Amino acid sequence: MKLGQPFHHHQETKTAFLKMHEYSITQSLLELALAKANEAKASRITRINLVIGEMSGVVAECVQTYFDLLSRETIAAGAGLSFEKRPTELRCCRCETIFSPGELDWACPECHEVGIEIVSGRECYMESIEVT
Amino acid sequence: MAVKVITIGEEILGANEAKARGNQKRLDQNGILAANIMSSPGSGKTSLILRTIRHFKAKLGIAVIEGDVASSIDAEKVNKLGVAVIQINTAGGCHLDANMIEQALDNLPLEKTDLLFIENVGNLICPVEFALGEHRRAVILSLPEGDDKPHKYPAMFADADVVLVNKIDLKPYLNFNLDAFIKKVTGMNPKVKIFPVSCQTGEGLDGWFSWLEAELKGKDTRK
Repeated sequence: MKLGQPFHHHQETKTAFLKMHEYSITQSLLELALAKANEAKASRITRINLVIGEMSGVVAECVQTYFDLLSRETIAAGAGLSFEKRPTELRCCRCETIFSPGELDWACPECHEVGIEIVSGRECYMESIEVT
Repeated sequence: MAVKVITIGEEILGANEAKARGNQKRLDQNGILAANIMSSPGSGKTSLILRTIRHFKAKLGIAVIEGDVASSIDAEKVNKLGVAVIQINTAGGCHLDANMIEQALDNLPLEKTDLLFIENVGNLICPVEFALGEHRRAVILSLPEGDDKPHKYPAMFADADVVLVNKIDLKPYLNFNLDAFIKKVTGMNPKVKIFPVSCQTGEGLDGWFSWLEAELKGKDTRK
């Protein structure tokens, strides 16, 4: 390839649907679940338990739709996904109070300091899989 | 048949994160500082990159990775400045990932590069979860988008190392409360650097250039 020339990562020019980030997340979680099931010599994956933070911007219904599509030819076909949602929690940088942010206000409700550390809400991990 | 539970406890995007660490190692080995530039479509990512290339071109080796759903319009603009550029078309994908960057790095003159800009797909939601191997994250918010965006897209602003408030030249025509915006962003991200700029007039860009220079120097001492 010559420098400065357009570089196409995906060769296909037509896409059947827009691949939102849930598509990549679903691909990754399917690969991870299949690898773990394979290590355990399981014959089927019946459920995948996920922990998703409120701030992670992952739409559960969207993941399930992509999952049903992507898992069709695999031992995870028909598996249910369960989403344990974690709310956003912040810690005040001054008084260390842990609080849930208001929609338009992330100031500490105790000391009114602005300046926080995110304690939870960014989770995006696979807790376990159920297999037979 | 009995159901068996296998405990996993791994990040869903762990494979992407591992690949991103590999990319970063490769960048480090070549002494390159990489910045992931993120914003909504039309906030000024390409304009900022073009301005910054013009400013540093004489003294630094610069390369650019352009991420777009389709087209190579931005890559062509960068190419005109004589800078190495790779266009990634995500074909519907709303963000870049570490795998795409790995392939792009194979096609860039890394040994001649000091500063790499990765222009992500215009989007304030999806790119934030996908590490690319960058050292710094720069988020641009332009005045017409409104000062309420940090609370609508908290992860993007919480993760930024630097926020550029672009199109500051339009301030007289818009109801954008800059003080309120700065307060919101620093409230979510106390360490962030914020630069109000205009990529149209050049106003405020010196602060961004100095910040980049300081980051590049910091990188040199780490080598």
